[in-house]
Amino acid sequence: MTLLRLFFEFFKVGLFSVGGGLATIPFLQDMGVRTGWFTQAELANMIAVSESTPGPMGVNMASYVGFETAGPLGCAVATIGLITPSIIVILIVAGFLQKFRKSKAVEGVFYGLRPASTGLIAAAGLSVAAIALLNTGAALSDGAAGLFHWKAIILFAAVFIAMQVKQLKKIHPIIFILLAAVAGVVFQM
Amino acid sequence: MYLDLFLTFAKVGVMTFGGGYAMLPILQREVVENKGWATESELADYFAIGQCTPGVIAVNTATFLGSKLKGVPGGVIATLGVVFPSAVIISVVAAFLSFFAELPAVIHAFSGIRACVCALILASVIRLGKQTVIDVPTGIIAAAVCLLMVFSDQLTALLTTAAPGLAPALGVLFSPVAFVIVAGALGLLISFFGKKNKKGGGEA
Repeated sequence: MTLLRLFFEFFKVGLFSVGGGLATIPFLQDMGVRTGWFTQAELANMIAVSESTPGPMGVNMASYVGFETAGPLGCAVATIGLITPSIIVILIVAGFLQKFRKSKAVEGVFYGLRPASTGLIAAAGLSVAAIALLNTGAALSDGAAGLFHWKAIILFAAVFIAMQVKQLKKIHPIIFILLAAVAGVVFQM
Repeated sequence: MYLDLFLTFAKVGVMTFGGGYAMLPILQREVVENKGWATESELADYFAIGQCTPGVIAVNTATFLGSKLKGVPGGVIATLGVVFPSAVIISVVAAFLSFFAELPAVIHAFSGIRACVCALILASVIRLGKQTVIDVPTGIIAAAVCLLMVFSDQLTALLTTAAPGLAPALGVLFSPVAFVIVAGALGLLISFFGKKNKKGGGEA
């Protein structure tokens, strides 16, 4: 039953996420809340691992969630669920490639879809930030200062600023992730 | 041939890190230069279609190339090839990590990594925003979707108290799937009306 649900959930992700691996994150957050298969903090960890291991990120995320939910078989089922809509849609589109490329209707739909996907990813980023940068467990009596996870906020700012430096732009995200892991251990985050 | 197709795409899968965009140079080398399965411009076409069809770009491009070479079975086999390394590697990594998940060092490392992931997502959102928010309507769509998603819990609670009968429908309404469908419909409407307006303006 879990396997069937995994397949169906990832089929939905594959069908509705547009534009690369990050676009799957809002759908996975929604899935975590509805199914209870993983917490938002676990999801943030899975994002980091999926960025740092070989393979397209969206596929890695599906494999990871599937594995954590139902072992190796779950991994296979979730991954196949994710790619099934792609296979169906692409095989249909392949038949009339030129028409599809020049279609005004398709262009119009994607004119609306692309910013929506950006908005969804931004919202997903904010909820990852809430987990990573705030002490959601802090008691209200600790005051506002206790709410913020200061070490994490400083690390976040440092990584973001470093990524804006021209000479560092070519550096692969995996390097930043590894350095952040080291910083996490060194500064006892 | 099918085995060759599977292995070539498995190789592409292993060498892709991060998003689907990282895959393009690897596909160029393996599929265009080494195998001669497609020309440079064909590959660019497939990649463009892969970006504007639902699903993961890398998977879409692999399906396209496979189906062009060997029909439906070719599409299926190329796609299975591209995801096969992910499934194997992630299974090993996940099993390994969950074994060490309780160690304090691992917990601290992941706290640091999560902060880094926030920065990576923020940088991606800025980059995507520059490409996708190109005028006022797209700006409104992006902002509205983001705000509705962030405050979906509060809005659901508010609307449930206002109209209890609607409660079951709200869960469906405030989901990414619903936003994607509405945004696609809006995009279609805006681009049709936008064009009419322009025509009208030109004639007047």
